[in-house]
Amino acid sequence: MFETIIIPALIFAGVGLLAGVLLTIFSKIFAVETDERFEPINDALPQANCGACGYAGCSDYANAVLAGAEVNKCIPGGKKSADAIAEIMGVAAGEVESMVAFVRCDGSAGNTEAKYSFDGTQSCAAANRFYNGSEVCKFSCLGFGDCAKACPEDAITVKDRLARIDRAKCIGCGICSKVCPDHLIVIKPRKNHVDVACSSCAGGKETRSICKAGCIACKICEKKCPNDAIHVIDNVARIDYEKCTSCGICVAACPRKVIRDCNQPMAEVKTEAEPEKKTEE
Amino acid sequence: MPELLAILLSAMITDNFVLSKFMGICPFLGVSKKFDSAIGMGIAVIFVMVCSTLATWPFYTFILVPLGLEYLNNIGFILIIALFVQLIEIMLKKLVPPLYKALGVFLPLITTNCAVLGVCTLNINIGLTLTESLINSLGAGIGFTIALVVFSGVRGRIEHSDIPETFKGVPSTLIAAAIVSMSFLGFSGMI
Repeated sequence: MFETIIIPALIFAGVGLLAGVLLTIFSKIFAVETDERFEPINDALPQANCGACGYAGCSDYANAVLAGAEVNKCIPGGKKSADAIAEIMGVAAGEVESMVAFVRCDGSAGNTEAKYSFDGTQSCAAANRFYNGSEVCKFSCLGFGDCAKACPEDAITVKDRLARIDRAKCIGCGICSKVCPDHLIVIKPRKNHVDVACSSCAGGKETRSICKAGCIACKICEKKCPNDAIHVIDNVARIDYEKCTSCGICVAACPRKVIRDCNQPMAEVKTEAEPEKKTEE
Repeated sequence: MPELLAILLSAMITDNFVLSKFMGICPFLGVSKKFDSAIGMGIAVIFVMVCSTLATWPFYTFILVPLGLEYLNNIGFILIIALFVQLIEIMLKKLVPPLYKALGVFLPLITTNCAVLGVCTLNINIGLTLTESLINSLGAGIGFTIALVVFSGVRGRIEHSDIPETFKGVPSTLIAAAIVSMSFLGFSGMI
């Protein structure tokens, strides 16, 4: 008992202790002076480590600020963080545009169909490798929720094979847009609450045949828009967020109800209004 | 003396740790994008390999063997390797900050680099003396550096060449690694 357990334990404790002492001495000798402003700046950041600022994490961004980076890069922290950091650094904060994620697809279970039942690893990335995913529309949301799993704020839920974003919880970090294999999630200014919920680059006829909520590139929105802010590019309408005033004219004009006002609750727009629209068409 | 030279050369080229023994593939693929970081990583690995051998060989011979605890060598070696990786991390952070940044996560990953543990264990298994072990480790480290540097050059060429969409990125890198490895097979039997 003594030979087999205690001696090895003692030896390893000794080696560990020696290693600890050595490391402590070395870290004292080679101590790197950190800027005293680093700690308060790091505290002012939300510690989401999302990377939306373009740096590897909050502490990396704090170092970048000390090296002269702009103070308003933190999107989740918004104006609060920018003001706090600006005060520490003694510079003007500038404006921070509040961003939010938006899913450019409305291919939920009621609108489009699955072409096969995917039985493999339940993730969008896996399903997408298999004939462009299990949905008939190859641009469609696959609904396995890779984005929901990646979201640090639990702002995404998947219902009826479609990811839905809770705008109140979304901090605009952009992690979801990076994991979506179909690149359906876009990070856009929060003030633009009108957007096109479709990414289908297929022609109008094809899109019409496979999805009830797909953009058919009819260009009615383009003609109705008073600000020249919406254009059909690659068979799908896209909004210029700089020009758009979110007036809602295109929302009313769209014959397919693809353009949505995000201030309206999404579930109502789709599950209740959709059957009526179908009978009209 | 000729034996030592033979050990050095064989560890460097014929029994190259990366290209013949397939150890340390992770940093080989991860850090070989740029020439500068490849050299830096190589030097860090040489340092860790030699220092670890300097500590693990006496640790095994004078502590574990007399007590009959040879079976604990892997755990002990890992502890010692981790110590030296930490040391080099602290030193690099202070002395060469750009290199510290370029290496990033691959620096702490030397701890789990099987080439380092591999060379320490091999020294014991083959039954080399301390001097021979040190030479072997030095050769292994230099061999690792050679592999990384050669491959960083290869990757630089790949980046600028027109390759089919399917092979861009990882596939072309792995195919290139296989070809480089095959070219090193040409040295086998020389020493």
